[in-house]
Amino acid sequence: MNLGPHADFIVAAYAVTVFVIALLIAWVVLDHATLRRVLGDLEDRGVTRRSRRKEGA
Amino acid sequence: MAVIDLANPTRFLNLVTRVLPWLATATAIAFAFGLVMAMNAPDDYQQGATVKIMFLHVPSAWLGMMGWGVMTVAALGTLVWRHPLADVAGKAAAPIGAAFTFICLITGSLWGRPTWGTYWVWDARLTSVLVLFLLYLGMLALYWTAEYPGRSSRAAAILALVGAVNIPIIKFSVEWWNTLHQPASIIRTGGSAIDPSILWPLLIMALAFTLLFFTLHLAAMRNEILRRRVRTMQMMQAQHLAGAET
Repeated sequence: MNLGPHADFIVAAYAVTVFVIALLIAWVVLDHATLRRVLGDLEDRGVTRRSRRKEGA
Repeated sequence: MAVIDLANPTRFLNLVTRVLPWLATATAIAFAFGLVMAMNAPDDYQQGATVKIMFLHVPSAWLGMMGWGVMTVAALGTLVWRHPLADVAGKAAAPIGAAFTFICLITGSLWGRPTWGTYWVWDARLTSVLVLFLLYLGMLALYWTAEYPGRSSRAAAILALVGAVNIPIIKFSVEWWNTLHQPASIIRTGGSAIDPSILWPLLIMALAFTLLFFTLHLAAMRNEILRRRVRTMQMMQAQHLAGAET
């Protein structure tokens, strides 16, 4: 594949796009893992939501 | 499951857990097809190989605007219907829409230098997209500086509705003013002006970007619901500890 005389611009555009999308995916995945861990810690300490207590009653 | 059932965050989370793997797989497949087609698309007779930047620039521009469209519908849901997930949907869409608008601006700039001879001009299309990006940054600042998740919801909804005025300005800027940016060549009366050998890769890439947007949006909504649960449980724990001390 020949990208011609402006290959640098094409490669830079794809690199920036991949980088930004990778950041977005990492943010969503890491945020989810962190929130799950904190929720698990709270539940281990016996903290439950009111709706969960109603379900258990 | 009726649509109204999705107003319940727990049911919504269950649905997201089931749908997300399928949506992520569909996104990966669409990107695989789209990228292969984009890399094998012929060069443009005027722009040469730089036309390959279009396969990133145009879908990200569409999704930058669609992100604000999602926030506008969510704002109506917050202010008019008081839907419990509306603010969650709006807040989750803001960083994703901002990221796609950023990609649009950067790829547009990198495309402009070899084709126009400049990275940037203050014409109506470029400036209105920059304004959209600044509106996104304002929205993110509003959400991220609020002490409580619900406190920023009304202000964010009003900003989303005010900012929605910019979307038709972006769309029609190339018709209302003389701009360096080319006029609409895909969605226009009389059909697309682009050759099918370039149009099809563009449409598949647009599908892939759209699927990515909804995958990330659903995942971010799930995170925001969990964040609000964590906040509620931490408040309950603090109240419990305060009660035990007195």
